[in-house]
Amino acid sequence: MLTMPLPKTATKVKVSINNLKFFYGSSIALKGINLELNEREVTAFIGPSGCGKSTLLRVLNRMYDLYPNQRAEGEVLLDGENILSPKQDLNLLRSRIGMVFQKPTPFPMSIYDNIAFGIKLYEKISKSEMDGRVEAALKRGALWNEVKDKLSDNGLSLSGGQQQRLCIARTVAIKPEVILFDEPCSALDPVSTAKVEETIDELRTDYTIAIVTHNMQQAARVSQKTAFMYLGELMEFDDTQKIFTSPSNKRTQDYITGRFG
Amino acid sequence: MSLYTNRKRKSVITMMLCYGAAALGLSVLVIILATLIFMGARGINLDVFTQMTPPPGSTGGGLLNPIVGSLFMTGLGVAIGTPIGILAGTYLAEYGRHSRLSTIIRFLNDILLSAPSIVIGLFTYQILVAPVGHFSGFAGAVSLAILVIPVVVRTTENMLMLVPNPLREAASAMGMPRSLVIKNVAYKAAQAGMITGVLLAIARVSGETAPLLFTALNNQFMSTNMSAPMASLPAVIFQFALSPYVEWQQLAWTGALIITAAVLALSIGARALSSKRT
Repeated sequence: MLTMPLPKTATKVKVSINNLKFFYGSSIALKGINLELNEREVTAFIGPSGCGKSTLLRVLNRMYDLYPNQRAEGEVLLDGENILSPKQDLNLLRSRIGMVFQKPTPFPMSIYDNIAFGIKLYEKISKSEMDGRVEAALKRGALWNEVKDKLSDNGLSLSGGQQQRLCIARTVAIKPEVILFDEPCSALDPVSTAKVEETIDELRTDYTIAIVTHNMQQAARVSQKTAFMYLGELMEFDDTQKIFTSPSNKRTQDYITGRFG
Repeated sequence: MSLYTNRKRKSVITMMLCYGAAALGLSVLVIILATLIFMGARGINLDVFTQMTPPPGSTGGGLLNPIVGSLFMTGLGVAIGTPIGILAGTYLAEYGRHSRLSTIIRFLNDILLSAPSIVIGLFTYQILVAPVGHFSGFAGAVSLAILVIPVVVRTTENMLMLVPNPLREAASAMGMPRSLVIKNVAYKAAQAGMITGVLLAIARVSGETAPLLFTALNNQFMSTNMSAPMASLPAVIFQFALSPYVEWQQLAWTGALIITAAVLALSIGARALSSKRT
């Protein structure tokens, strides 16, 4: 499943992070990150627990705004516009930058409605059109064949791996531009993990993807770029192949060879 | 080794005390229910549900007016109290979870929850009966609403707190506005528990006597006029049980049985709903 990096000339910067600092109350979690996410590429974030990789992901869709006492400084440009600006409409931003979480979180409603619900937020479409959109989304989430005969069943009745793919389908359905995956497979068995990874790889053709993972093989399998973070700092950021074969930073090497973390 | 046998002995003793306490509590309940059924059931007939309360000393008659009065006042009380309770509970759990105001509201709500209902009755008397100059079914409903609110606030907040945060995050992450996250996701996940809370509140107020005595008083005739004094089962039971007339005493037993059966049915319904949730 390891995919070769795309030729350099084909890439376009989608998200540009400049000197990003993040605070939980008075403690600093990100100490000035500079990084770019390319369009139609998967960028993996690895590093030991507490290094700030999930925090970084939660800045990209301003998830942290749900909580008091969390704040970000610096700049995150999405197509050149700073999304950290107070003027940024959060709901619109989140419809452009989707997120899949560590634990599957289907809504307490039918499989069909889980998908349709998000679409209805931003589009007014006919029933037949909606049926098509739901089907397309479930196909993208590699779930269609398993659920096509029980679309009215509760989303919670699915297995963990299916629930996670439902969440991916739900995210894809609203046609975001960037998709963030926060350890999407850590609660899944190997078979489901393989399916989710396959899905991520397919999504790459249309989306900009960022994935946080604790599983280094996963990072190597699905990503083109890898960022290694440690204690709130970006230690190394390069082509995945390079990071996993000849990292330039000593800490990166220690981490990927399992000497710490 | 002796440490172990010692511990085992303590365990046996504690266990026996637990069983004893449970048996004591249950037997009291059984005795009450048995007496109630024994005394109440023989008065149950169609007249109870179709006739008005009889004048003292005469035979026959029923409990139609207090049953209707209870339904009216409980219904209106719950209709007033439930939305307020749900909205307040929603504020506590969703919007003001970390705010200082919530801590204060929570504290006040706890006080209200354990306030003696007679105090609620007096309070309502002061604001809705004394200024108007007469008792009314409406005042009765308001006093019941005041009793409903804290129960619903508490259960709504607790049930919403049980909704996992990642679910809210997931909904927000799709660009869903806060109001929709609450209405379509959090409420949906907490639905069964919230309904249970309302049912428990109904069960709680349908047996209240003190607040009604100060507000709706009583009425020996059939009345659906909410601005006039209104009969209610608890008030009639109170009046009839203390009377010297055998017929009235029998009707009091029967009324008590009816209330108990209704509350029991509601509680079982609430149980069934909340167990369906898991």
